[in-house]
Amino acid sequence: MSDASAGLLTIGLLAAAVAVVHVPLGNYLAWVFTSERDLRVERAIYRVTGINSRSEQSWRTYAVALGAFSAVSVLWLLALVVAQPHLPLARGAEQSLTTAVNTAVSFVTNTNWQDYAGEDGASPVVQTIGLTIQNFVSAAVGLAVALTVIRGLTRSGARTIGNFWVDLTRGVVRVLLPLAFVGALVLLAGGVIENLNAAHTITTIAGRHQTIQGGLVASQEAIKELGTNGGGYFNANSAHPFENPNAVTNLIEIFLMLVIPFSLPRTYGRLVGDRRQGYAVLGFMATLWTGMLAVITWAQVHAASGPLGAMEGVEVRFGVWNSALFANSTTSTSTGAVDSLHESYSAIGGGGALVNMAVGEVSPGGVGSGLYGALVLAILAVFIAGLMVGRTPQLLGKTIGRKEITLAALATVVSPALVLIGTGTALAVPVARGAILAHGPHGLTELLYAFTSAANNNGSAFAGLSATQPFLNLTLAAAMALGRFVPIALILALAGSLAAQRRQGSTEGSMPTHTPLFTGLMVGVAVLVTGLTFLPALALGPLAEAL
Amino acid sequence: MSLRPSALGRQTSAAVKMLLVLTLVLGIGYPALVWSVGRLALPGQAGGSLVSASGRVVGSSLIGQQWNGPQWFHGRPSASDYAGNTSGGSNLPPGDPRLTRQVQARRAAAGPIGNQLPPDALTASASGLDPHISPAYARLQIERVAAARHLPIKVVRHLVDAHTQPRTLGFIGEPRVNVLELNLALEHQAR
Repeated sequence: MSDASAGLLTIGLLAAAVAVVHVPLGNYLAWVFTSERDLRVERAIYRVTGINSRSEQSWRTYAVALGAFSAVSVLWLLALVVAQPHLPLARGAEQSLTTAVNTAVSFVTNTNWQDYAGEDGASPVVQTIGLTIQNFVSAAVGLAVALTVIRGLTRSGARTIGNFWVDLTRGVVRVLLPLAFVGALVLLAGGVIENLNAAHTITTIAGRHQTIQGGLVASQEAIKELGTNGGGYFNANSAHPFENPNAVTNLIEIFLMLVIPFSLPRTYGRLVGDRRQGYAVLGFMATLWTGMLAVITWAQVHAASGPLGAMEGVEVRFGVWNSALFANSTTSTSTGAVDSLHESYSAIGGGGALVNMAVGEVSPGGVGSGLYGALVLAILAVFIAGLMVGRTPQLLGKTIGRKEITLAALATVVSPALVLIGTGTALAVPVARGAILAHGPHGLTELLYAFTSAANNNGSAFAGLSATQPFLNLTLAAAMALGRFVPIALILALAGSLAAQRRQGSTEGSMPTHTPLFTGLMVGVAVLVTGLTFLPALALGPLAEAL
Repeated sequence: MSLRPSALGRQTSAAVKMLLVLTLVLGIGYPALVWSVGRLALPGQAGGSLVSASGRVVGSSLIGQQWNGPQWFHGRPSASDYAGNTSGGSNLPPGDPRLTRQVQARRAAAGPIGNQLPPDALTASASGLDPHISPAYARLQIERVAAARHLPIKVVRHLVDAHTQPRTLGFIGEPRVNVLELNLALEHQAR
């Protein structure tokens, strides 16, 4: 079978699997966040933590709870990472203070950018009771925020948008934990390791010495992909054979990162009582995902006709097609795991990964963050369309007034502002410029990629950049924190404002938001916003390199 | 924001307790459960797919090794020389002069087959631990290995064919040869 037929069949199989699973999973998610009853284990958690699961929160209290939980998480993780040399199973792992700050912010914000190598930067204790937990809860936080936006649209004249602790607990207990457990067992069966061995040296039959790593990898790998986190147990991330031993585990890992984000439009459609609304959002996500997959795959296959076959930084078991599929999926979600080195991609291939993140990761985006990002774009789309044809901008009977459009627009420009200011500043600082590996436009792309990845909470890298230095550690940490929590605060305020509104009946003047035309409008808005903000920077980086 | 200080305190206290509970469930309970299943039901995979010869562990079938000398099938170039204590690739972009020099050196080091080397023999993998080579690269080495081991070419070719793995289900992944497994079979053949 030719590479192209095999590659297209693989993509077809993946798409079919996601299409089949998104219906029941989307329905299940809708039930999880609306059911009246608490599970026994949830009741136990509420009892221990002193949470009243029946009480609801205003958007402000919700934001305070989310902020407090994230702040406590950062401090706890920072303490663990700094203290790891003195904890059990230390095995020589350590990080400098600024790297530890970067790591703590990175995992709490669902970015999972890594300025350390897993082999010597994180002990098994940090990997399990530090990083694995954040892989779960940072995803659950995203899920919770997405739910508040849906509640904002469905409630009428309400003062509350849900209870953060209940949303967090249900996301973990009913969704992420069971799915991650199944995923971990499947990956384990496929060859991903799960042991407590220290790295040990063996002698090969050729008489050479080699280190064999150990680690609780399968349990972390599953939630790393499912929670669209992406932080590798080892430095090589999902290119490491112990994290991703074969093309089947590779496909399963891609499936895991896509499945919840692509199911959430179904949840949205169900909860707003009109499944077509969900299809419009799903259509938007799928269009962008497919379009960018075509760009990246074309670029890599084209590059593969050269003498190096586009195999630098690519594993033989995955080859060009499966690597491009992984690269597109990891950057269009907020995962950032890699099974090949994006820096060694062709200019357009690597640039495509960069564009996926620059669009704001909404195709389908991270767990929860993809849906709330897409709904913000939907609000922009109804507003712009309303301006064009003179109709009242409305989404599901909620008027998009001055307050709503201000919040939505601000939420959209936070990440581009962080990226462009961050990259510009770093270019002016000699110590940051010195961290660049490549020459010419590709060197600029390294820095642009780093700040785009951080501000959009992706975590993948043009890994030639030597980012382990105080300046980049701290500026990237700031980009991650602001890129995550400023939009979340704005979106919670938006949800609160929408929930407080009385729902208007739809009139002759309101624009339908369930049609392919509206999907097209959303794509147009996403392309327009990204183009207007990033085209100059892209022109100096990947586009200049490609010409 | 017009929040009472007590609200912030209450939420922070809930945050601390919640993180503590979730640390027990997700940080200890969940990995312990997966680890137990691995130990009981899938010890080979969980332990790293280790390969033994003459009663001692000689590697993992998932982790590539460094092979020098004409008598072995060689793996791909590795940015970390297959040390195993680190992982990763070169991160060099296409057209980078350093990559061009490396490729020239690899062609020169391969001797007479230098100009026929397929892409995987000229490039470093992403992990630096790639256990596989392409069937084309394996076939290209048959003659050298057979000569060095004084084995008939037919025998070595048969071994290469037997160790060429097709795409899973005919379409997932790439055809490939596991270098460690092939070299082990070669050693076995020689005895």
